Amino acid sequence: MQLSREALIRAYRQMKTIRMFEERLHDEIALGEIAGFTHLYAGQEACAVGVCEHLDPTDYIISTHRGHGHCIAKGCDVIAMMKEIYGSSEGLCEGKSGSMHIADVGVGMLGANGIVGAGAPIAVGAGITAKSNGTVSICFSGDGACNQGTTFEAMNMAVVLKLPVIFVFENNHYSEHTGEAYAVGAESMTARSAAFGMKAIKANGIDFFDVYQAMGELIEYCKAGNGPASIELDCERFYGHFEGDPQRYRGDGELDRIREERDCLKTFRTKVTEAKLLEGAELDTVDSEVADLIDRAVAQSKTATRPTAEDVTTNVYISY
Amino acid sequence: MAVKMIRDVIRDTIDEEMARDDSVIMLGEDIVGGNGSAGGPEAIGGIWGTSGGLWAKYGPDRVIDTPISESAIIGAAAGAALTGKRAIAEIMFADFIGVCMDQIWNQVAKFRYMFGGKSKCPITIRMPYGGGYNAAPQHSQSIHQFVTAMPGLKVVMPSTPADTKGLLAAAIRDDDPVIFLEHKFLYAVKGEVPDGDFILPFGHARQVTQGDDITILATGMMVGMAEKAARTLAQDGIGCDLLDLRTTSPLDEEAILDSVERTGRLLTVDEAPPRCSFATDLSALVAQKAFASLRAPIEMVTPPHSPVPFARELEAAYLPSPEKIMAKAVQIMSYRRG
Repeated sequence: MQLSREALIRAYRQMKTIRMFEERLHDEIALGEIAGFTHLYAGQEACAVGVCEHLDPTDYIISTHRGHGHCIAKGCDVIAMMKEIYGSSEGLCEGKSGSMHIADVGVGMLGANGIVGAGAPIAVGAGITAKSNGTVSICFSGDGACNQGTTFEAMNMAVVLKLPVIFVFENNHYSEHTGEAYAVGAESMTARSAAFGMKAIKANGIDFFDVYQAMGELIEYCKAGNGPASIELDCERFYGHFEGDPQRYRGDGELDRIREERDCLKTFRTKVTEAKLLEGAELDTVDSEVADLIDRAVAQSKTATRPTAEDVTTNVYISY
Repeated sequence: MAVKMIRDVIRDTIDEEMARDDSVIMLGEDIVGGNGSAGGPEAIGGIWGTSGGLWAKYGPDRVIDTPISESAIIGAAAGAALTGKRAIAEIMFADFIGVCMDQIWNQVAKFRYMFGGKSKCPITIRMPYGGGYNAAPQHSQSIHQFVTAMPGLKVVMPSTPADTKGLLAAAIRDDDPVIFLEHKFLYAVKGEVPDGDFILPFGHARQVTQGDDITILATGMMVGMAEKAARTLAQDGIGCDLLDLRTTSPLDEEAILDSVERTGRLLTVDEAPPRCSFATDLSALVAQKAFASLRAPIEMVTPPHSPVPFARELEAAYLPSPEKIMAKAVQIMSYRRG
């Protein structure tokens, strides 16, 4: 699957935007600037971008508590997202969602979700709509959500109803603070998905190209009316479960090793420069443009309008 | 006007709404029935007889028979509703809300709010509820108190065939999520139903009987019991102002307070147990906003703080009845300030 230079730069820009968005949040949270719980996506960028680069705004995704990457990859406005995480009424969800429930239905992003495994049934419903309009519904889950009963119900129902739903399991090897080796009872998540009667494959979640290639094939398969599919993406989480997590479950040197050896952005840069598809300088330009965007997002968020007590009870209902 | 049973009113109303709006879909277990069996599809048509013939008319992409997966039923209806459909989900017994509560409470009820007002989730969740069939603790409950307590949901409890039509059509056309509670014992009740397009807006109580002595509030199955009690009490000279609240959320506070300000006495009749319930909520409302009008303590007729029992004698003792309502009304009327 040959990508144009523009497409390669765009994919890199998306991944870099996610990385810098998350790294900056990590710093700002440490300064006490941001309220609530935040779960950073850094390390898994090739998954969100490798999937979403195939999608149009009319396709649907549903995300998890670790949702910033999926939002950015699906086309949510980065500055409005940052404002939301700062709790501004100018935020993408007017300060009602924060990090964990951020959504933009208008671009087909049906929400991050604070309840692990809650997205899968909703993705089945988006799949009903997708089947009627020729699009596809993507359910992002982690290796934690793969053990929820809701995920099992949703996978079975998607098979029964033959819906164009792709269950994307990003296996970062930790469900919160517990290892995949303990919590996933099956031989593998992929074997379990296959047992539901759907096409189930694996890909390398730190290699954008592997994810992109595999997803292209799955989307074509699902849109052809073959029913749902599943893909397990082997990836790494560079930060804790939540910001503030002391990560005592990590092995000695584990974080340094995965950041050194299993960084999807480094992998991407090495591949495209060695193959002479892009120049390092072009990527450096993207880096500085993204840094500027994130700076602007944070600066604007710090001075953005704050919600007032009158806003508490708005949008509970459409009609009262 | 046609005379119909409530089960047929529900089926016909869904049929009319599916005919007028292509985006309306319906999901649930056995709403078609017979799929994958020798008997073939439509062997059941819904175990309550509320969806017969709809699959044949609208096809499997709009009348979607599902596995027994309540979370996935509600989630699928929600996902479809978020993306442009208008979904009707059936949960076969309201008691099964326990296995799909997250999808109702944390998802459907909160989307609009969490997403900053930038989404809509037009979903009607139909749930047959209530006692009277000796169906025992897990198939007999009234659950309106839970869903009424959840901001973001509207809750409907019709008591007559005509109201069922007007309120169900309103629910399906509403852009907010609606819990539509159908009392199992009322499915076979017959009554006149208006022809054609008929919508009853939410939040408007129906005056069932008029009287100046005591306000009685009821919903669903309790309305008929209270009406029977009120008609007998009238013969004994006790005038009952009986309101069928129709919807517990939104609530017609104005009608309740107007009535209590006139009668000075309140009796709520509720099929759910008495603690942290709809009955206690109404009691609190009146105590707060019509305190000066009260001439006697607020009273309630409810089951005891107990699960719904199985045996005929036990269930009869558990449920409210016209006799219990009459006895409580007489007690309220005999109250004298000490």
